[in-house]
Amino acid sequence: MTTFSDPYAQSRETTEGRVYSVTGGDWDSLSTEIGATKEERVIVNMGPQHPSTHGVLRIILELEGETVTEVRCGIGYLHTGIEKNTEYRSWTQGVTFVTRMDYLAPIFNETAYCLAVEKLLGITNDVPERASVIRVLMMELNRISSHMVALGTGALELGALTPMIFAFRDRELVLNLFEMISGLRMNMAYIRPGGVAQDIPADAIPKIRETVDQLRKNFKDNEKLLIGNTIWMKRTQNIGYLDLAGCTTLGITGPVLRSTGLPWDLRKTQPYCGYENYDFDVITTDSSDVYGRFLIRMQELEQSLRIVEQACDKLEKLDGQPVMVADKKIAWPSQLSVGADGMGNSLAHIREIMGESMESLIHHFKLVTEGFRVPAGQVYVAVESPRGETGVHLVSDGGTRPYRVHFREPSFNNLQATSAMCEGSMIADVIGAIASIDPVMGGVDR
Amino acid sequence: MNDEKGSFGVSGTGDTSGYGGLVRTQVSPGSSERPFGSYFDEVADELERAYPEFNAGIERILVDRNELTLFVKRSHLIEVALMLRNSETLRFEMCMGVDGVHYPEEIGRELHAVYALLSLTHNRRIRLEVALPDGDPHLPSLVEVWGGINWHERECFDMFGIIFDGHPGLTRILMPDDWQGHPQRKDYPLGGIPIEYKGATTPPPSERRSYQ
Repeated sequence: MTTFSDPYAQSRETTEGRVYSVTGGDWDSLSTEIGATKEERVIVNMGPQHPSTHGVLRIILELEGETVTEVRCGIGYLHTGIEKNTEYRSWTQGVTFVTRMDYLAPIFNETAYCLAVEKLLGITNDVPERASVIRVLMMELNRISSHMVALGTGALELGALTPMIFAFRDRELVLNLFEMISGLRMNMAYIRPGGVAQDIPADAIPKIRETVDQLRKNFKDNEKLLIGNTIWMKRTQNIGYLDLAGCTTLGITGPVLRSTGLPWDLRKTQPYCGYENYDFDVITTDSSDVYGRFLIRMQELEQSLRIVEQACDKLEKLDGQPVMVADKKIAWPSQLSVGADGMGNSLAHIREIMGESMESLIHHFKLVTEGFRVPAGQVYVAVESPRGETGVHLVSDGGTRPYRVHFREPSFNNLQATSAMCEGSMIADVIGAIASIDPVMGGVDR
Repeated sequence: MNDEKGSFGVSGTGDTSGYGGLVRTQVSPGSSERPFGSYFDEVADELERAYPEFNAGIERILVDRNELTLFVKRSHLIEVALMLRNSETLRFEMCMGVDGVHYPEEIGRELHAVYALLSLTHNRRIRLEVALPDGDPHLPSLVEVWGGINWHERECFDMFGIIFDGHPGLTRILMPDDWQGHPQRKDYPLGGIPIEYKGATTPPPSERRSYQ
């Protein structure tokens, strides 16, 4: 065997055998060299910096020719210790941390966390209806923006560029709404224990309705491009197969579970935030493949729009009602408002605590620095995020900080299905299968 | 859990408000008696009927905040799990995962593993909790019962050092392979890099003045 001299595709002997490092388009020279050896089995390390692995995911593939015989995932590259960090902050500050876990679905992390804190406090039924409706509104808008990334990047990874352009164009419209309502486009920390940070602006409802109409038109672009497209069907149908038995044993939830035909959606089966009062359908397919999951996400967009419209109707009826619990020992004392230089502290509130009432200042200081106490105990609360069940296990020791915060992330759990979906398939289909799981590495690694 | 002294964690002098003398005793919910309410009675009764060693294997049952927790002895964990999954009237076919909680004050029961179970058939949720001593942190792996618990057990090992016997590949999952220690235990500091600015340093959050 000749020694490889290409500086970008070197090889070296190890105890495990010969290891080749390849970047870019060196496959021709590599396959010539590998073809000279008797070894048929090749182990390819894909990622963690690979454009089609949904972030820093490392996939270790064992190949026989182009057939995948074994797949393993390497994760942890984005571990930031969010769960540990929350143990050193107050219960309210925790929202700012957990919103950064699954960064494509921040509102779901916040809502799940806040529902858990409220359950520990025993104030679940005291949260004002307007706050719950705003939460539902934000969650469904977030589901649209998250599904847009799932569809757009999924298509991009299979070689379809235009759907990604359309998807990100539509996602931008949703992010504009987030910016108008919360001041931020992602990681908003908008949902707070007891309600939401502030009421939606006065002109928000007409703007949301306008955007809903626009989105409904825009979604047709991707539908026309992909549904029934021969190339797309060949790349997705019967790919990444995982049936109901596989889903239950692996604990898979979300679109992957619903693609087996089981209508399991926590919004219907175990409603929270008043989802039982909305009219929407749970979308299923029975193909258990990548195409089925793609169709589910496409059709869930329309269901989310329906819920958003109903939430707007409800908000118009609930105009002027509070968005935070009445209990001043829990409700965040500071209020926000939009000033000449953007979003900031409400001047009326500043005047009250700095100029008018010493008691208000003390109250503000105590609640902001020390926070409120939560009775000892533990709860598990789950919400239906775009990727499946986002569960929060919260433990309190009776203090002003969480004793333990654990997120049962759907991305983390569902990524385990990679082996079951891909082993025995072609290497090119691994990408489609992983895209259909839609893992977000911020959520996987936390 | 620790009793908390003072409103701001102050001891000795420095607090003139009088709050420094307060001692707040933390009370954890203990156990519950029948009837539990909701579907919890049915779950407990069915498990007792299906599992002959119910009284030996289940330490106590707690219903708190409308959630059912079964405290299981680790010697009986696999049998209880199989019973909960297989019995037609229980049918907890999904395990949403396991995570650890570290209670350094509970001598002999420092580490707790908490399992969240879900029944699609009956639309129910319950929780299993197992306590184990820090000196012998072994627990039978439930990968054979619920395959999806594989990564959750690895994370639990990574973060708390609980060793799941029988796990097909119990290695670190989030931290680097050569990492020392188990970060989410209470005796592991939060860390952080001391940031120096003009000679002064900001300590990591775990060492700053605490308001608790």
